[in-house]
Amino acid sequence: MTLPRSLIFGAILSLVFLGAALLSFVWTPYNIELLDIPSRLQGPSEAHWLGTDQLGRDIVSMLMMGARTSIAVALLAVGIGMGLGVPLGLVAAARRGSLLDEVIMRGNDLIFAFPSLVIAILITAVFGASAVNAIIAIGIFNVPVFARLTRGAALSFWSRDFILAARVSGKSPARISVEHILPNIGNLMIVQGTIQFSLGILAEAALSYIGLGAQPPTASWGRMLADAQTLASIAPHVALMPGLAIVFMVLGLNLMGDGLRDVLDPRIRRGRT
Amino acid sequence: MKHITKLLLAGSTALFASAAAAQQTHIRVAMQLEPPHLDPTSAAAQAIDAVVYSNIFEGLTRFMSDGSVVPGLAESWEISEDGLTYTFHLRDGVTFHDGTTMDAEDVKFSLDRARAEDSANAQKALFTSIADVTVIDPLTVQLTLSAPNGSLLFNLAWGDAVIVAPESIEDIATNPIGTGAFMFSNWVQGDRIDIARNPDYWGTPANLETATFRFISDPTAAFASVMAEDVDVFTGFPAPENLPQFEADPRFQVLVGNTEGETILAMNNQRAPFDNVLVRQAVAHAIDRQAVIDGAMYGLGTPIGTHFAPHHPDYVDLTGISQYDPERSRELLAEAGFADGFDTTLKLPPPSYARRGGEIIAAQLRAVGINAEIENQEWAQWLESTFRGYDFGLTIVSHTEPMDIGIYANPEYYFQYDNAELQELMATLDVTSDPAARSEMLAEAQTIIAEDYVNGYLFELAFPTVARAGIEGLWLNQPTSAIDLTGVTWP
Repeated sequence: MTLPRSLIFGAILSLVFLGAALLSFVWTPYNIELLDIPSRLQGPSEAHWLGTDQLGRDIVSMLMMGARTSIAVALLAVGIGMGLGVPLGLVAAARRGSLLDEVIMRGNDLIFAFPSLVIAILITAVFGASAVNAIIAIGIFNVPVFARLTRGAALSFWSRDFILAARVSGKSPARISVEHILPNIGNLMIVQGTIQFSLGILAEAALSYIGLGAQPPTASWGRMLADAQTLASIAPHVALMPGLAIVFMVLGLNLMGDGLRDVLDPRIRRGRT
Repeated sequence: MKHITKLLLAGSTALFASAAAAQQTHIRVAMQLEPPHLDPTSAAAQAIDAVVYSNIFEGLTRFMSDGSVVPGLAESWEISEDGLTYTFHLRDGVTFHDGTTMDAEDVKFSLDRARAEDSANAQKALFTSIADVTVIDPLTVQLTLSAPNGSLLFNLAWGDAVIVAPESIEDIATNPIGTGAFMFSNWVQGDRIDIARNPDYWGTPANLETATFRFISDPTAAFASVMAEDVDVFTGFPAPENLPQFEADPRFQVLVGNTEGETILAMNNQRAPFDNVLVRQAVAHAIDRQAVIDGAMYGLGTPIGTHFAPHHPDYVDLTGISQYDPERSRELLAEAGFADGFDTTLKLPPPSYARRGGEIIAAQLRAVGINAEIENQEWAQWLESTFRGYDFGLTIVSHTEPMDIGIYANPEYYFQYDNAELQELMATLDVTSDPAARSEMLAEAQTIIAEDYVNGYLFELAFPTVARAGIEGLWLNQPTSAIDLTGVTWP
């Protein structure tokens, strides 16, 4: 079986950023905590591949540190979404039709109904702007996505013969959910997780762009973009670089998500063969 | 096709020509913040004074752009030998915009209202030396002081001391009625304030017929609005990095004036570790002022070493006391018992000098081992928790009131500096009117606070104004917050 081209291309793009983020833990071309104001707003050169920003910091180093922030925030936010959403969805499916199912799913609808960015702004505005609060805010909005998806997918399994066999053998609904249903919907979760991850990157950039994400000196693509805004007519590269980083990262993850769906989604896979 | 373009071009030039002709008597002025209301006598918000000072409201005396104090509604005055009685002679024939006459009763009303026990005036200290206001006749009013006050005429020039009328005081916040060369005409909240020429003005009438104040807080939008000629003047332009572009553009002129804004890194003098003078000294030596001025303000601003405006004749250059010296800073921290540094908070209000300066200062402090965690705050939040709640380690703010070194004698003021020697000195200064003695005392006060490293003294805020080329009569400097349009002319 050949892998879809979008998966390869997307994975390469994503891995480049992931690699840059990991590399930043041990090495960056320059230390971004040391400001060098006399050499600010330089264009790309041999010393600074992508130039320097308004405080004389190396943009490559800033992007690497920013990738770390973006990926960490998005990863943890998806983690919260999956960690809470999947169990909720499994419970709702196991107790389908019950009051508990209703409570869980209507609660999810409630969260889903709010425009996510507005609530994220509310949360960070009330509890203070920080990377942790951004993670929580973005994470909360991932919960209903995963809960719904899990419940829907799990329901289709509850009527299947092998589940019936498990029930007859006396397994509790909890065990059935964990041992039989969860492994079957894992693929779906990976695909959705990738998509949510890219949305998380975008949400983190948006929050830090309006000053509600990670605070300085933590580097963040969104804040780099905001800081460079008034410089667009003097030193456009300072705004362009973080903008392109966001675009390519999100593009890579989306392509990867599409590709993964082609490969992993049982329905699509079955249709193809 | 060609002549269509030509036609279009001709049409647009005609349009522009008529627009230009119509503009001769109207001006669109932009500023960053919208005033919360329009009563300068009951709030500290500078945006209020920016709109109403001199345009709508006038006081007994007034500031000129160079900071000098000249007669306003009082034509002349006499000061008694002992300096305790000021007799003001008011101008004849001055009326408020609603037609009522301005006389000694209005002066008494305004001053009594401002200094009353329950007054909402933001600068009540300006009036504390006044013991009594007496009406002699409709055009003469006498102020009796409890002690001589060398700065009374200066105090009366503030926007907080303007003359208002009892007839219109009820609605002053939304419908200000003063004696100025412009009358308030309309306020579309969130968008603009319109004023129109006062045809019955007592002095030289304004050249402009109408003016509009617009409020554009976002620096990028500010840049775009000036470039697109959506506004004719932008006072207090928020993005200094864009000024060179305007300077290079023949359509615009750039004025860079000075303000009374001492921009400081305020330290919480009552909270550990800043209650230790060694720590404060360490912080002061850790700061590279020029890097802050270049990095945050793109070179706009004058370094200061104490809480005093450098353009003032009594200013003493004390920047040497707190010279940038990170080595010394580390030594001092070790001496104070913080060899490994410490953690604190750095609260930043919205203006770019604070947000951008804060990032640079945090980096400079980190270099000597002080980890200042940045927290951005909106103005309301900053006033509530930092300014009134004392909940901060460090904060950056510009003190734009003129001659405000007296705040160091108030131990309740947010940085909570409590020094009996200075308090006594300021009390003596208040009752001294001999200019030479005053200069000496002001120099002493400046030195005391600089040597005590009360705060980190950064720079005097500059005031950039961008205007269409040819517009004249705008204030260059900001001795008080004001956009005085009374003398503004188009070419």
